[in-house]
Amino acid sequence: MNIGNLPFVVAALLVAFGIYTFLYKRNLIKLVIGVSLVETGVNLFLVALGYRTAGIAPIYTFAPAAKQMVLPTPQALTLTSIVIGLATTALLLSFAVFIHRHYGTLDVRKVKELRG
Amino acid sequence: MTALTQHAPVLLIAIPLLGAFGVPLIGKLGRGARNTFVGLIALLTAAFAGLLAASVFGAAGAPSLYVLGGNGFGVPLPSGMSIPIRIILETDGMSAFMALITALITLTGAFFSFSYWKDRSGGTLYYSLLMLLTAGIFGMELTGDMFNFFVFLEVTSIAACGLIGFRVWLKTSQEAGFKVMALYTLSGLFVLLAVGLLYGQYGGLNIAYLASALTGSTIDVVALGLLLAGLALKAGAVPLHMWAPDAYGEAPAPMSAVLVANSQASLYGLFRILFTLFGLTISVAALGWILIVLALLTIFVGVTMALIQNDIKRLIAYGAVSQIGYMLLGVGVGLAVSVAKPDYGFVAMQGGIFHMFNDAACIGLLFLASGVIVRATGTRDLNQMGGLAHSMKWTSVLFLIGAFALAGVPPFNGFASKFLIYEASFKLSPFLAVVAVLSSILLLAVFVKVFQAAFLGARRDGLPAEVPIGMMVPMVALALVVIVFGLFPGFFVDKIVTPAANALWYGRDAYIGLVLGGG
Repeated sequence: MNIGNLPFVVAALLVAFGIYTFLYKRNLIKLVIGVSLVETGVNLFLVALGYRTAGIAPIYTFAPAAKQMVLPTPQALTLTSIVIGLATTALLLSFAVFIHRHYGTLDVRKVKELRG
Repeated sequence: MTALTQHAPVLLIAIPLLGAFGVPLIGKLGRGARNTFVGLIALLTAAFAGLLAASVFGAAGAPSLYVLGGNGFGVPLPSGMSIPIRIILETDGMSAFMALITALITLTGAFFSFSYWKDRSGGTLYYSLLMLLTAGIFGMELTGDMFNFFVFLEVTSIAACGLIGFRVWLKTSQEAGFKVMALYTLSGLFVLLAVGLLYGQYGGLNIAYLASALTGSTIDVVALGLLLAGLALKAGAVPLHMWAPDAYGEAPAPMSAVLVANSQASLYGLFRILFTLFGLTISVAALGWILIVLALLTIFVGVTMALIQNDIKRLIAYGAVSQIGYMLLGVGVGLAVSVAKPDYGFVAMQGGIFHMFNDAACIGLLFLASGVIVRATGTRDLNQMGGLAHSMKWTSVLFLIGAFALAGVPPFNGFASKFLIYEASFKLSPFLAVVAVLSSILLLAVFVKVFQAAFLGARRDGLPAEVPIGMMVPMVALALVVIVFGLFPGFFVDKIVTPAANALWYGRDAYIGLVLGGG
């Protein structure tokens, strides 16, 4: 089945939802979810870039001849990006835990010691 | 020696990376062993940066290639291979110039910390993150590949936010850490999205290959917009600066200086992308004016926000933000006229690039001095300090040198580079020079206020003693750099700034040809 440009549309939607969440939500955990959504959108975009309709996994050993392979590079990029995303999400969430410990809230409107 | 010089680019990344993971292990042996190890790694890294700079500037800034995983490390792509896929590091005058800045700041930061962080906990974490940040910054400056640039960008983001927030017992450091990390992550994702857009069109990630293939299509322009937004955010240009005062203000003082070097590395990435990756395939005049507008906003907002601060570190942080504006102004003027390439455009580029070095030295000195002040008085509030000059004579002189250099007072180094920027931007439009000069004068007023509040005033009881020699030596070293670069600017402009400016202004074809031409 040819899925056409559907993955790119979904990726754009994910990025848009993520940025909306990041800009308009007041809860720190929701901000992290927003960042995470943008990240997922970008990862989906990268994977979709390398997708070929009815392509096979890009492994040369025992590969059937005359079959199209999906591109390996975007998959490598996506894997790297997922690992980095894990690190940043973990760091963000641990900051959120400590903010809750210090301020007793996760509301961005109340976490405002640094301003001006 | 030649073998070491040839391998310098990869060693500059590998040695601090080894240090980052070695510090927790060596730290088990005790603080002395750990500090010796960190000192050795920092010295070794700085030595390799020096070697790299000596070889690159010895060849007048011509680009050189380092290929990982090939038959020979200097061999370009084998003939017949149409898409460059190897990991390459490409160093030219600009990268070597940035490597020098990073080496200077991380070396002085590390040595200052030995004494500064002596009786505090969390030292192992601190040095480990510092080494990781160093490796990331060098990676950003030396890589010849867009995706690796993104990876190193994220390495610096994570390490930088670790340094801002590793003191989990401090309320404000956690707030700053969260804010900075969220914005850094978004900026990194913008860059990654742009990398994806470029890959989707041209099927490559190598900067030289992409530069040769770029057509200036709409998608390229979208990618450029994303890169500009992402890197301007990471560099702390107004209106995307809101994280910068928090980051510089809440990090330990020597690390604030390293964070400024990190912001400069993002700025380097932006310049590399504008000049080398895109070059003249896009409308550079319009882009140059965008940079100039960003620069004027950054200068103006940075200085006026510094004016109203009462927290010494936040005040210096806003000073640091405003200096990013001067670099953008110089290079923006250069970019705006880079089609016709008049002489003053090149002077503007020299000024902007030279200012990166000068800013790193004097803002580094100021952050180190602010660390001394905060440590001695136990407060960051300017209203509660005073009279420090009675007991801390050397620190007050060093602070004054840093402040004068930052405000562009002759004969210090800030004047040398700012003068080039004023002169060249005046030729483009007098208005630019007026804003730049006025902001410098305001900045001088700001730092006179700080000096008066912290150092002058009546002798008080219990004034802290002069700082130990371990903190004094790095500050004096930076002050010497500030003075020497201010007294002999012509020498340094000829030797290191001109090759760096040349690499951006004329070096695009050489940069591309080195990777693709040998095949």
